[in-house]
Amino acid sequence: MTSIAGEATSSVGAGSGHDRTGSEAIGFLSRLITRAVTLVGSLLLTFLGLTAVTFCIGRFIPIDPVVAVVGDRATREVYEAARTAMGLDRSIPMQYLIYLKKVLSGDLGNSVITSHPVLADLIHFFPATFELATIATLIGVAIGVPAGVMAAAKQGRPFDHVVRLVGLFGYSMPVFWLGLVGLFLFYGKLGWVLGPGRIDAFYEDIVNPVTGVILIDSALAGEWDIFRNAFGHLILPAALLGYLSLAYIARMTRSFMIDQLRQEYVTAALIKGRSFQGAVWRHAFPNIMVALITVIGLSYAALLEGAVLTETVFAWPGLGLYITRSLFNADMNAVLGGTLVVGTVFIGINLFCDFLYRLADPRLREA
Amino acid sequence: MSMSAAARPTLRQWLGAENPASRLQALCGSLFRMLSAIARNPLALVGLAIVVALVLVALFAPLLAHGVSPLAQDLPARLSPPGAAHWFGTDELGRDIFSRTVYGARVTLVIVALVAAVVVPIGLAVGTTAGYLGSAVDMVLMRITDIFLAFPRLVLALAFAAALGPGIENAVIAISLTAWPPYARLARAETVTIAKSDFIAAVVLQGASTSRILLRHIVPLCISSVIVRLTLDMAGIILTAAGLGFLGLGAQPPTPEWGAMVSSGRDVILDQWWVATIPGIAIFIVSLGFNLLGDGLRDAFDPRSR
Repeated sequence: MTSIAGEATSSVGAGSGHDRTGSEAIGFLSRLITRAVTLVGSLLLTFLGLTAVTFCIGRFIPIDPVVAVVGDRATREVYEAARTAMGLDRSIPMQYLIYLKKVLSGDLGNSVITSHPVLADLIHFFPATFELATIATLIGVAIGVPAGVMAAAKQGRPFDHVVRLVGLFGYSMPVFWLGLVGLFLFYGKLGWVLGPGRIDAFYEDIVNPVTGVILIDSALAGEWDIFRNAFGHLILPAALLGYLSLAYIARMTRSFMIDQLRQEYVTAALIKGRSFQGAVWRHAFPNIMVALITVIGLSYAALLEGAVLTETVFAWPGLGLYITRSLFNADMNAVLGGTLVVGTVFIGINLFCDFLYRLADPRLREA
Repeated sequence: MSMSAAARPTLRQWLGAENPASRLQALCGSLFRMLSAIARNPLALVGLAIVVALVLVALFAPLLAHGVSPLAQDLPARLSPPGAAHWFGTDELGRDIFSRTVYGARVTLVIVALVAAVVVPIGLAVGTTAGYLGSAVDMVLMRITDIFLAFPRLVLALAFAAALGPGIENAVIAISLTAWPPYARLARAETVTIAKSDFIAAVVLQGASTSRILLRHIVPLCISSVIVRLTLDMAGIILTAAGLGFLGLGAQPPTPEWGAMVSSGRDVILDQWWVATIPGIAIFIVSLGFNLLGDGLRDAFDPRSR
């Protein structure tokens, strides 16, 4: 199974492999250090930018945060005292530095509405989003990747057109509307799934929240009734988000594969007597891995960010619902904290993808 | 070859000329090639038809609605199902959903046009400047672009919309602020290639200023890929705008905006399905139209994806 690309890779690998001299080793080390420094530097810069943007948004919200705390009937003295206590009388750069210092120590302030620390709130709400996003991404990858590869292999034939249309529909569908129609059909008319929410009130707070992910917690506790109930609630929103993620992943996989299948190494493999399916899966497919990881990472990040609309439609107590609810109540700390955490998750996923590239593509290991 | 034959080329020859003699001929020629590429692709043709239909419906909304105002309330007839009197039924205030859907095309078109008018100049300005000037300017501008890209689009739009207050104008600003980074990236990538070409070196030698090079030589070459990208993005913009409307941060009542209309039908979805379903179908059809058209344009312009 030696493709042209494979041979090129192995020769590069051999060159930098065993006969490396001392100076080469130093060069390798310094390259590694430079890489690490640039990576950390760019991550830090992005993080600083993130905090600057959240800070700025927080500053120009026309709703007075002091009034949100003391109420609009507070006396002048109470108002001023609260304003000083919140640090809003300092200069803007000073306020930013104080904000940054607090953020770095994990203090995102208290939520005005729930009066818990924002970080604790976010940790409380995150598992619900995580559960939903993970299952949706699994659906998207499990169906989207094979569908995209097969569509590319059968380019221009009916199967390809079906995959393209299913993808286009997913791209064009307003998710909140699809959720409502899904609830109307499968919950209202057919009764196949359970309604909005994450679990029936009857089952709430029974299992010990070990991970916060109800499916895992209830399975650990052996409470299969609760597991079934949670699954009934989860299946519709997860399938819906899974469809959107599938549409995106299948579409991108198809276009990456079409690019690869046109390359000469595929022709070479076919001439050598490889079966077409073999050429597709063993030669072309590994070459789209890096691009595919990026796409899957992006779609996962987008779902983790709290599919705000889906969570609203299904009353799913996740990050998205938390952020929107806080928005409407002028809960500045919660909104900014949530946005910051979401942005940080995004940076984290990018970093993780960067690591996966190295596993998927041997050419990147030495770079 | 006789003079008379060479003097009057047919229209088709004039449009397809390899070396157009004037700016006008070049423009008409590329427009002609675009249209014929779309005409050969049935799906793209459907997309074009949908987009044209959207514009026509928006233009002739009063005519199509038979003079029924999208705001006129008829409380005794509230929540009546689709029928002869009200083709798409009525909503919770007895307003005619057909009329509201038709007028909603105007709102959607306005949002889409405004976002395009804001996003394209910003993206082009940032991208071409970064790509042409390079070095420190490039790094700073692209870092800023990356930061905006690192934000969840809807959450950022939500935060902006909430900060600025709900309303169509603010929804447009919010969407634009989150939608420009890909255009900057695209324009930068194009500019980096263009800046290396000989004709740019030639105009530099002729003493053209940086702003002249950017505006007259680089920007026109970036436009076509930006337009393709914009058509593909339109669906996303429509969906984001509808999403903001659904959450109550876009167009305010009683404006007939499709997302807000779906939201108003949310509570009655189990009994009066038409209130939420019909405007949703309108959103779906329009964004599908832009997606089909965008796909067709990309296939026509990008030879790699053929």
